[in-house]
Amino acid sequence: MAESAQKLATGNRLRDGVPVYFAGAGTWSPKVSDAVLVEAGAAEDLLEEAQRGETPLQAVGVELIEAVREGKRIVPVTLREKIRATGPTTPFGSR
Amino acid sequence: MYRYDEFDLRFLDERVVQYRGQVARRLAGQLTEEEFRPLRLMNGLYLQLHAYMLRVSIPYGTLSSDQLRMLAHVARVYDKGYGHFTTRQNIQYNWIKLEETPDILADLAKVEMHGIQTSGNSFRNITTDPFAGVTADEIEDPRPWCEIIRQWSALHPEFSFLPRKFKIAVSAAQEHDRAAVKMHDLGLYLRRNAEGEVGFRVLIGGGLGRTPYLGLVLREFLPKRDLLAYLEAALRVYNQHGRRDNIFKARIKILVHALGIEKLRGEVEAEFAAMTTDKLELPEAAVYAIAKQFAPPPYADSSGDDALLERLTAAEKLFARWVRNNTHAHKAPGYAIVSISLKPPGRPPGDCSAGQMELIADLAEELSHAEIRVTHEQNLVLPHVRKRALHGLWLRLTEAGLGSANIGLASDIIACPGLDYCGLANARSIPIAQVLGERLAAREEAIGPLAIKISGCINACGHHHVGHIGILGLDKNGEEFYQITIGGSDDEHAAIGAIAGPAVAAKDVPGAVDRLIDTYLHLRRGEERFPETYRRLGMSPFKEALYAAG
Repeated sequence: MAESAQKLATGNRLRDGVPVYFAGAGTWSPKVSDAVLVEAGAAEDLLEEAQRGETPLQAVGVELIEAVREGKRIVPVTLREKIRATGPTTPFGSR
Repeated sequence: MYRYDEFDLRFLDERVVQYRGQVARRLAGQLTEEEFRPLRLMNGLYLQLHAYMLRVSIPYGTLSSDQLRMLAHVARVYDKGYGHFTTRQNIQYNWIKLEETPDILADLAKVEMHGIQTSGNSFRNITTDPFAGVTADEIEDPRPWCEIIRQWSALHPEFSFLPRKFKIAVSAAQEHDRAAVKMHDLGLYLRRNAEGEVGFRVLIGGGLGRTPYLGLVLREFLPKRDLLAYLEAALRVYNQHGRRDNIFKARIKILVHALGIEKLRGEVEAEFAAMTTDKLELPEAAVYAIAKQFAPPPYADSSGDDALLERLTAAEKLFARWVRNNTHAHKAPGYAIVSISLKPPGRPPGDCSAGQMELIADLAEELSHAEIRVTHEQNLVLPHVRKRALHGLWLRLTEAGLGSANIGLASDIIACPGLDYCGLANARSIPIAQVLGERLAAREEAIGPLAIKISGCINACGHHHVGHIGILGLDKNGEEFYQITIGGSDDEHAAIGAIAGPAVAAKDVPGAVDRLIDTYLHLRRGEERFPETYRRLGMSPFKEALYAAG
């Protein structure tokens, strides 16, 4: 059963723009399920921690988004973030 | 076609070197994102949902076959094998890596291409009629004027930081507006005055987005020699009075409507009159030198082509349909302008694979004097094809998935990338276009000309305000809804569509569009097109049908 929404930190990877998720200890992962998920009250601390670290930061445009844990998976709440996490809903290219 | 001179080429090479250094410093942490962002945007590089997006400028939508091959190369080597042609006659790539962008720009520079004028609060790509220079209904080829404006506007120091972006379109066609001129910050129609002199009718303050307006006449007739000086005067007024405190009120259309066109005209004319020693008059020799580069190719004697084409279309219905919908009258006897549809029903509008681009480049070389045009409707054009070559061309296009005979019909849908790619979007556009295209393709011949345009947010990159049927994606409490507008048009009868009523859920859009079309088919008189029926009857019957099932 899905739990109520929590927060995680996300951005786009500097070198190639791929969406990445803060996985703690200065690391970022392209898998949303690797993200550190916290209650709303701890979200600002998480954001601050995500924005610390090496220069340049691996992620660009770091922000907090809502997500829920569904079993072993973490699923973003909004459609926008679901699409960011899983890719376009339409096939690539014209052929 | 216009070719860059030594100065242009050196400038582009230097720009690539400069940008390469900027990227290296960003990756090394010597530039912050805040410092780097304007630098990458000046070269057409955005950051979107899944990756960086590179927008490449295609001035006035004209491409050589070599340039199209290079665009295919970029798609294959640096992206996922395809590109997306845009409503500003440009191309964009959705899967770009920052670290590879200097190499991409270096490759593009080899064929005189770049990402300048595709972003930022400055001049954007100058657009024009995709049939420029080949249509019989124009006074003269407008592209030399586009090129003159491009040279003047590119990196113009006084106008590098305008209140907001600035879009210019030019058309010389006398009957049909295929360049959506009235929807531009500044629109230019080449026209003849009572004395027979050719000059410009100048419109100002058009635009779509959050506050859609049609352009208003700033000057009925502007002599050619004064073009740049007058543009400079208009831009100075905008630079001085345009709002910079609110991004939503910063476009020139807001200034035009805040001041009123009379007052704005007074300001521009006063600025123009005050120019004395600094007035930039266009030397005839310079105009001639540029115009010479757009000289028409040598056309062959094509006697017999019309009779041959008539026989072939009589023998093959599918070919006849393609000729009817995808070819257009050419000014040279025995030739046709060919539109290549990038809207196979069910596929993302405007996408083109690397292989398809290479095929079109080959076909352009063989059959169209190595020239291709991009339309603001997200299709491509071969501007000079002998009628005797049409059948072979159609077969080869069809084999490559490019043979859709739907230009101007219901499945020829304009759609922005929407929430599948764009960081600004509220809702998806492409899946709606795919569903509608597949659903309407079977009866689009019976429906006749119909412009469906879809935007995923109020920025209106899909031009929904000027669709006969416009569809705007909205986010309603986390659900995708779509607001429908009716009666818009982007041609010589330009009109902003009216909102039909409450937005409908995504699953209800196809049925809603079906009911609008059924109403039109039931009520139209003779050859009346959708917007004409709408103008005659008003919103009521359409609104009634749209919400009948609700």
